[in-house]
Amino acid sequence: MAAYIFRRLLAAIPVLFGLTVIVFFIMKLIPGDPATAILGSYATPENVARINAELGLDKPMLQQYVIWLGNILHGDFGRSYSLNKPVLDEVLGRFSATLILAGTALVLCSILGLVVGIVSAVRQFGWADRILTFIVLIGISTPSFFLGLLLILFFAVKTRLFPASGMYAIYGGGGILDLIHHLTLPAITLAIVATGVIARLTRTSMLEVLRQDYIRTARAKGLSERKVVMKHAFKAALVSVVPVIGIQAGFVLGGAVYIETVFQWPGIGSMLVTAISTRDLLLVQGGVLVVAASYVIFNLIADAVQTMLDPRLRR
Amino acid sequence: MTDHTEASPTPKTRTNRPGAFALLVNNRLAAGGLLVLGVLVITALAAPILPLADPNATAPADRLHLPFTPNHPFGTDMLGRDILSRLIWGTRVSLAVGVSATLIAAFFGSLIGLIAGFSSKRVDSVLMRGIDMVMAFPYILLALSIVAVLGPGLINALYAIAVVNIPFFARNIRGITLGLSRREFVDAARLSGKSRPHILLSEILPNVLPVIVITMSTTIGWMIIETAGLSFLGLGAQPPQADLGSMLGEGRKILFTYPHVSLVPGVMIFALVMSINLIGDGVRDILDPRLRSGALARPVARTAVARSRKPDTRPLMEATVLDVKNLRTEFRIGSTVLKAVGGVDLHLMPGECLGLVGESGSGKSVTAMSIMGLVPTPPGEIAGGSIFYRGEDLVAAKDSRIRVLRGGAVSHVFQDPLSTLHPLFTIADQLIETILAHQPMSRTEARDHALDLLKQVRISNPDERLNAYPHELSGGMRQRVCIAMALANDTEIIIADEPTTALDVTVQAQVLALMDNLRREKNAAILFITHDFGVVSAICDRVAVMYAGRIVETGRTEDILNSPAHPYTRKLIDCVPVLGEPERRLEAIEGLPPSVDDLPRGCAFAPRCPYADADCRHGDIALTATNGGRAVRCIHPLAQTTEETVVG
Repeated sequence: MAAYIFRRLLAAIPVLFGLTVIVFFIMKLIPGDPATAILGSYATPENVARINAELGLDKPMLQQYVIWLGNILHGDFGRSYSLNKPVLDEVLGRFSATLILAGTALVLCSILGLVVGIVSAVRQFGWADRILTFIVLIGISTPSFFLGLLLILFFAVKTRLFPASGMYAIYGGGGILDLIHHLTLPAITLAIVATGVIARLTRTSMLEVLRQDYIRTARAKGLSERKVVMKHAFKAALVSVVPVIGIQAGFVLGGAVYIETVFQWPGIGSMLVTAISTRDLLLVQGGVLVVAASYVIFNLIADAVQTMLDPRLRR
Repeated sequence: MTDHTEASPTPKTRTNRPGAFALLVNNRLAAGGLLVLGVLVITALAAPILPLADPNATAPADRLHLPFTPNHPFGTDMLGRDILSRLIWGTRVSLAVGVSATLIAAFFGSLIGLIAGFSSKRVDSVLMRGIDMVMAFPYILLALSIVAVLGPGLINALYAIAVVNIPFFARNIRGITLGLSRREFVDAARLSGKSRPHILLSEILPNVLPVIVITMSTTIGWMIIETAGLSFLGLGAQPPQADLGSMLGEGRKILFTYPHVSLVPGVMIFALVMSINLIGDGVRDILDPRLRSGALARPVARTAVARSRKPDTRPLMEATVLDVKNLRTEFRIGSTVLKAVGGVDLHLMPGECLGLVGESGSGKSVTAMSIMGLVPTPPGEIAGGSIFYRGEDLVAAKDSRIRVLRGGAVSHVFQDPLSTLHPLFTIADQLIETILAHQPMSRTEARDHALDLLKQVRISNPDERLNAYPHELSGGMRQRVCIAMALANDTEIIIADEPTTALDVTVQAQVLALMDNLRREKNAAILFITHDFGVVSAICDRVAVMYAGRIVETGRTEDILNSPAHPYTRKLIDCVPVLGEPERRLEAIEGLPPSVDDLPRGCAFAPRCPYADADCRHGDIALTATNGGRAVRCIHPLAQTTEETVVG
């Protein structure tokens, strides 16, 4: 098991490298010439050449990449010109806020999705199944940014149950309860779509598993239906649901961009939107790299959990 | 040649199966989606000819009218622009962007998929590695990076969303192409000298096209949301151009005071996407034949019982441990009723082994699985008859009583031990669980008992095997584990459903010998289901031969083996090769067993029987008892003599 996880960790390294390659080349696609951008359109050719040399832009592409990668590995993500501070400081500070939001949403959507999926499967074609299936369809069809606005309207403006924005109260805020209070609406909003996806998949996997021979065996042993469904069927269904929860981590991390904007959550998503508007590309680059890397790690965890569940994968 | 009127099924509505009703609801939803989408699309297309206000004409005097004001049914926004007009024009833009992004993603994604699936391994792996790399990115983040580089704008947002969806299409289409490129018609085209691109376009593309269309229908809603999202963030449509997302984004600033400005476009996005998803689901349901036939329906804990008449109260045989009377088990699929078991009688004495023999589809397994209610419902149900365990009617018993008997007094051994053992639990887990379900003891005691059971079924290194998973054992060993499980709780009846069929011959013999020894040791009765008379002769005291859902002959094993009375029994016995008799002709039985929803009148075997005459096709033939506990359902039973008289 430990050896397996170690191997998976090794296998994740090329993926991480791939990410840096993609980010590097996307940044290279920027139309226009950085030197001209810095010096303005009246720059002399000598000055342009000097700036290019300073930035290392006169070197071959591969060499540029290696230098850039070396800097990244040393934690040098460059300096944000709009914030006038190192990119890494800003990104790491913001990342913890995103991780709290996305992590909560991920836990929420996993639990809700699994429960809804199991209930739907067990009550297949019954009223509970029909109603849940329809609610799930509505959840999948509602844009998360619109859902966020609706929740703010009902729970923050009309009933004042939850705050509409921010992570902590400005006056007298702080503490875990205050955080949970602020976290509730954005986390639910962020979790809804992923809940729908997980619920649908859980329902299908449960139905698939419940038809298997080993479920008949479990019943033939005289186990209670509860044990048959919750132990035998659920564990088998979970094996195919867990990787999808890993994939949903990507949608939740990405969806945080909208939710953080709607709820003014001080995370990487809202930072990215501002950075794109101000064309602070180094900040964008740093944020994208950190989130993408964390997605790789989420998938790694999903992989490990799947292997723990299914002994046939341990080789 | 036969009259079908008798077999015509009586359709009956049941609730727990996707009958016409559920499908209708599904289709009704899809139809509703189609209607809504149709109206929205036509309205959006007709925007230039509709009598609408100029969507961009600002009117500071008319700022922020609420909905339902004259001239402004949806009110006005902060610049006094008519929201209805902007909504329709915005829908037009959102639809156009969503559809274009889908088309671009579908085109390039499918192209990559087709090439990867149809090219050499190297091209395939290079392309797919690239796709995997892109997919390692959180989807929206990649779109954001692309917009960051290209700069905000509707067209750039469109490109970004299209690009991030390419991998999705590429993967799907590659999978299908890969499957198709190994098919015969592609080989045929290759041999006929067509060039590879030509084959790709003329042979593969037409087969892939439906998949592309389905994938498009499932992603287009998502792409509309995503492009709207980028506009919502201010990275898509730039003023004065407006799509639904940017309208929502602008309205957000005054959400608290004038929510209608953002609610209207939000509801529109929802309506578009919901209607598209409803259509997509409906299409998928219709295209997925498994769902339609109800095959994906989950079996419930116990076979449904729908005995229309009071069961016959014929006197029970004395001292039986199991007595099945006139059992009828049916499968209801849609409006057809398959009468898998059509009135079976059989009994088991304590410690006796009864072989239930027949071809696949004869109803022997369904008979056996009916006893403990293990026939899957839907679609199965017990339509009539009784099953007495020591005088207690199991068909009428409560679920809780059945659960006590299952794995306790009545245990099962199934055919394929790899699929019948749970792949994710250790042997110990599965044995201990069986023991603890019936006997009050601690886990440690149960573990000792499990170890003892493994010893009883002669598994070597039982200590080690306890911690093994089923896939780590050999087929024979797995079946021994299943037998151990069946013996876990002082069983009186073992229902063994072809327990040796999945094993190779030497292992088969060992497992048979083991079962025979153990049943004598424990005085357990066995109902042994098999198609193989060779196996019957090794273990069974008595035999019942089934054909088309009914018993056609029964009697003591040696009597039947020596002088089968029913022509079908004779044919089955002739199917068994005998060691040392290479000159004996092995005969396959000509023809196929009849479908149980279309049984011929009279003897079901008549169409395949060399001795059948007009009388055989007349009416129902009774199971007639002869001497020595034998009975046969045949009006021309074979002379009870030796082999020579039978013409092959």
